Amino acid sequence: MNLFNIIDEIENVDPEIHDRLNPRRAAVKNITSFGSKVAVAAMPFALGSLFKKAYSATPPSSVVEVLNFALTLEYLEAEFYNQATAANVIPSANRAYIAPITRDENAHVAFLKTVITSLSGTPVSKPNIDLSGGNGSGNGPFKAALTDFRTFLTVAQVFEDTGVRAYKGQAPNLIGNQVVLTAALSIHAVEARHAAAIRQLRCSLGQSSTIRPYIESTATLGNDTGDARVNGNYAGEENTVQGGVDLTTLTSVRIATGAFDEPLEKQAVLDLLVGSFIIG
Amino acid sequence: MKTEINPITGGASMARRSFLRYAGASAAAVAVMGAAASCKKDRVSVNSGTDIGSGDIGVLNFAYALEQLEAAFYLQVVATPYSGISSLETAYLTDIRDHEVLHRDFFKAAIGSKAIMALTPDFSKINFSDRTSVLAAAKLFEDTGVQAYDGAGYLIKDPGYLTIAGKIVSVEARHAALISNLITPGSFASDQVDSNGLNKSASIKEILTAANGFLKTKVTANNF
Repeated sequence: MNLFNIIDEIENVDPEIHDRLNPRRAAVKNITSFGSKVAVAAMPFALGSLFKKAYSATPPSSVVEVLNFALTLEYLEAEFYNQATAANVIPSANRAYIAPITRDENAHVAFLKTVITSLSGTPVSKPNIDLSGGNGSGNGPFKAALTDFRTFLTVAQVFEDTGVRAYKGQAPNLIGNQVVLTAALSIHAVEARHAAAIRQLRCSLGQSSTIRPYIESTATLGNDTGDARVNGNYAGEENTVQGGVDLTTLTSVRIATGAFDEPLEKQAVLDLLVGSFIIG
Repeated sequence: MKTEINPITGGASMARRSFLRYAGASAAAVAVMGAAASCKKDRVSVNSGTDIGSGDIGVLNFAYALEQLEAAFYLQVVATPYSGISSLETAYLTDIRDHEVLHRDFFKAAIGSKAIMALTPDFSKINFSDRTSVLAAAKLFEDTGVQAYDGAGYLIKDPGYLTIAGKIVSVEARHAALISNLITPGSFASDQVDSNGLNKSASIKEILTAANGFLKTKVTANNF
């Protein structure tokens, strides 16, 4: 689930989306000024109402298409865990780690479907996915992900870390919209929990003695996985300057990069997924 | 028995600390008198407390307060490790300490002259020699931190600040998952994640109510 991307995609189609969702706009005022106690169960409906009110009626079909594209990306993560579970690649001793992630990713799919449905849209069905990363050949670099648990965890970690990064870059576009931004930040935190858990499991299984639940980069390489094939997924994580403060004057590069996760721009995320894991 | 760690100096002597606390109390008393004279309720409250202020600076001070609390906690955890701590647990908790100290120092530098005072923690409810007590407190602090950033993010007006808050909240979530797994393997997304797959969030006032239970210096948010 990447709400920031959704808004961004909508913006491509409807440049006035931010004005429409602006809390000062009377039509959505009641929605954005929701108290902090919005029932979680009501969240998809609150979002649906927000969009619906923003467009005063049924949103343009292109908006639904954009939301469906976001759903497509979300299907990828859920499908990865669902297929791995079906393929029995996860040892029973480790299912306590993978089952909650599988549950959450499917919940994100359902959440987005509900939002689309509440907009009178029709959620798309699952896209063609190649979990080997081979764009349909089934023979991509990660083809062992469904047969070898080590490879499975490598891919899972990259998906989760990339998911965490994808949320950040678009956050400023949602400033002031309590419902949308809070939901997005809350899903973002769950992706980070997943990423940490996968990393922690890899360490405890001895797959890497140096891997930590947080991303520890060097001064020149963001990628801390030891797998150069995923350098792009971690590009930029080596940043050590935050808000004009050079953190290396306060601590080491390892701590400075571990203490802050970096954003990844939308196009970079798409470039990493479409044409490999999502058949383009 | 235990030596509390000053959240700012990281390890000032007790004597120096006592002096600072005494001096701080005197300064606060003077400030309270001044506040009473000018009838400004959002300035300084009684009991050597502090208010986070308003606007983006208020939200940043809110984050700074929480990072001060977390840093002080982990400084103590690493200084007086619980019995039976493993080498990997020591490595994890030391990393988290360093992350939280950096978050604290970063906010202090970023907020500058408008930063709230150094807070004095109250960890009397935590038994630092007991693994269960320490990890339960760590989970509470980390989960609270995630809920706080998730719940307060929408109040931030400046895009740069919001991005930085996003960079920190996911690391807090990573910590939360790690600590939760140390308590019960596989519990990283159990009690803090709802059926929609969303992490819980909470308001500034709700968070401060919880945080003040671990602070001698009470923090208020009169403008939120």
